[in-house]
Amino acid sequence: MTETTKITMLEAINRALHDAMEADPKVLALGEEVADPEEGGVMGVTKGLSTKFGAERVVSTPISEQAIIGSAIGAAIGGYRPVAEIMLMNFVAVAMDMLTNHAAKLRFMSGGQTAVPMVVRTMTGSGFSTGGQHSDYLEAWFAHTPGMKVVAPSNPTDAYGLLRAAIEDDDPVLFIENIQLYFMPADFTAEKIPLGKARIAREGSDLTIITHSLMVNHAMAVADQMAKDGTEAEVIDLRTISPWDRETVLASVKKTGRALIVHEAVKEFGIGAEIASVINEELFGQLKAPVKRVGGAFCAVPYCKPLESAFAPSADSIGKAALELVA
Amino acid sequence: MSNYPTPDKATLLEIYRKAATIKLNDERIIKEMKSGRLVTPYYSGRGQEIIPSALAMSLNDDDYLCTIYRGTHDMVAKGFPLDTMWAELAGRVTGSCKGKGGPMHLTHPESGCMVTTGIVGSSMPIAVGLGWAAKLDGKGQVAVATFGDGASNIGAFHESMNMAALFDLPVIFLCQNNLYAEHTSMQKSTKIDRYSKRADAYGMVGVTVNGNDPDEMYGAAKVAIDRARAGEGPTMIEAMTFRFNGHLIGDMCDYMKHGELAEAKQEDPVPALRQRLIDEGIASEDELAGMESGIKEVIEAAVAAAYDADYPDAIELKRDVFAQEIA
Ligand SMILES: Cc1ncc(C[n+]2csc(CCOP(=O)(O)OP(=O)(O)O)c2C)c(N)n1
Ligand SMILES: [Mg+2]
Repeated sequence: MTETTKITMLEAINRALHDAMEADPKVLALGEEVADPEEGGVMGVTKGLSTKFGAERVVSTPISEQAIIGSAIGAAIGGYRPVAEIMLMNFVAVAMDMLTNHAAKLRFMSGGQTAVPMVVRTMTGSGFSTGGQHSDYLEAWFAHTPGMKVVAPSNPTDAYGLLRAAIEDDDPVLFIENIQLYFMPADFTAEKIPLGKARIAREGSDLTIITHSLMVNHAMAVADQMAKDGTEAEVIDLRTISPWDRETVLASVKKTGRALIVHEAVKEFGIGAEIASVINEELFGQLKAPVKRVGGAFCAVPYCKPLESAFAPSADSIGKAALELVA
Repeated sequence: MSNYPTPDKATLLEIYRKAATIKLNDERIIKEMKSGRLVTPYYSGRGQEIIPSALAMSLNDDDYLCTIYRGTHDMVAKGFPLDTMWAELAGRVTGSCKGKGGPMHLTHPESGCMVTTGIVGSSMPIAVGLGWAAKLDGKGQVAVATFGDGASNIGAFHESMNMAALFDLPVIFLCQNNLYAEHTSMQKSTKIDRYSKRADAYGMVGVTVNGNDPDEMYGAAKVAIDRARAGEGPTMIEAMTFRFNGHLIGDMCDYMKHGELAEAKQEDPVPALRQRLIDEGIASEDELAGMESGIKEVIEAAVAAAYDADYPDAIELKRDVFAQEIA
């Protein structure tokens, strides 16, 4: 079933959850305030689920991140497909043992006897002056963890399709939602989208910009601006960060000879470092310029507006790096 | 304690069979380690045999167990087959986890051994989730989390106890209090004299029993398990015991009170139960000797078969990371 209309990413995720719970009675949802008596999540992403599917399947929990993720792991091993919510990405730090030592590793350590088909949804992103503990992008921690898949959509259609696929996936998936994107309406098609496949958001021949989540919007703006001066940037929206779509990225960089990687997470040791390394390993002789990266500054996300804006990549800083790359 | 159900003669004999298997298996593992043939991070449960043996009398194969690094005694009692256990200790491809988990991650879902963790306290949050799955399934299954006295001071304990009580989950929190956490005594870990006091703070029944006494342990476990099966929520059992081999094999136990270890060994619960079976006419010396030599044969066969098998191929590094083999 496909249909096209404009909705926000928040609505798309809510719909994906409804459709997934409708399609499979084993799908559960849990997290702080996710049920309707607590208003369906701080942003309302899970609104309506508990009313429709009942308090047994949609559970508001105490503020217990370890127990939330632990419960999701146990329920998953016990045959269910829980979707756990961690209110904000920084709070995953409290549950790192459950995520990296358990969720990600139980399949391997048990020699394939136990699987953990769960999704952990979480939201983040700078831009709201929430400071150092409420806006980090921590995807690299999990991309560095074998056994964990990491997804970060940039638009409603992808959010819906990737979340449906993540819930059906037999491995644990960390699903990163950007708070600014929640409220941006866009064309919407309700279709599942396979994990591990990037999307070419814009075709171009002169350079490749590889990015994900909110930064896709900035990259698209930069590409549009450059096109006015005759430079065609190809923009790749990774969609799935781990396992990432090497094939699509390498094919594009092979064509353009230039690569720029952009993420809101701190640049140092971010996922851009891995992608840049693979590009160098595979395409060294075919590159027209060294691979470039733009990422968050190497500091905690700052509070005041001028510093917060200076911290995160913007159309300006991305555009500047892109111009240097083609100069 | 007086109104606890008591084990009948056949049950006592079965508790002994399990405890003797654990003891003989433990001694065989240590012999193997001391010979140098087996190099493994093995944590002995010697001295704690009665606890899981009495517990397991009220459990079925499809009841869930989440245990810890010091957990082979729990798993043998639960029905983990000795051949795949030994093959796993030896790191062979015939091991339950194909040699990829080792003693700290032994897993065997067919006997309900769902998770073994090397992280102190982490058995509990996952058992909460298995309890949730069991409650949703509605088939009367229960989930047991076993852990140590030291683990009762980690955050996961509190989150898990609170959540299990809040949601009336069929979980048994079994604290095997052997008075030490590595080299730190209970007195240096907490102001309280009984960890079971904490259960009350979460609205849960908590009891402290002599875990080395088959009557008390059987009775407390049966009451807790019956309560969980009836949908009346979780129980914390603090089973007092002692570990005879220290924390790790080779531990000189210099941190213990003078004479404490020798005194505890005087009350070795396994020979004590053996003597009782004879005294009460439940089994004769000959019958018990016959049982024990039968157990030894099974162990020897498991040991021999373990070393006969191959190590896993390097391709296994790419398997079981995700559901799909890595290219
Ligand atoms: C989170 C964590 N911290 C520390 C350790 C190291 N460690 C392993 S066992 C142990 C003692 C645990 O004692 P207790 O819970 O009483 O269990 P016991 O070993 O006595 O059975 C410690 C500190 C660990 N494995 N995990
Ligand atoms: Mg201890």
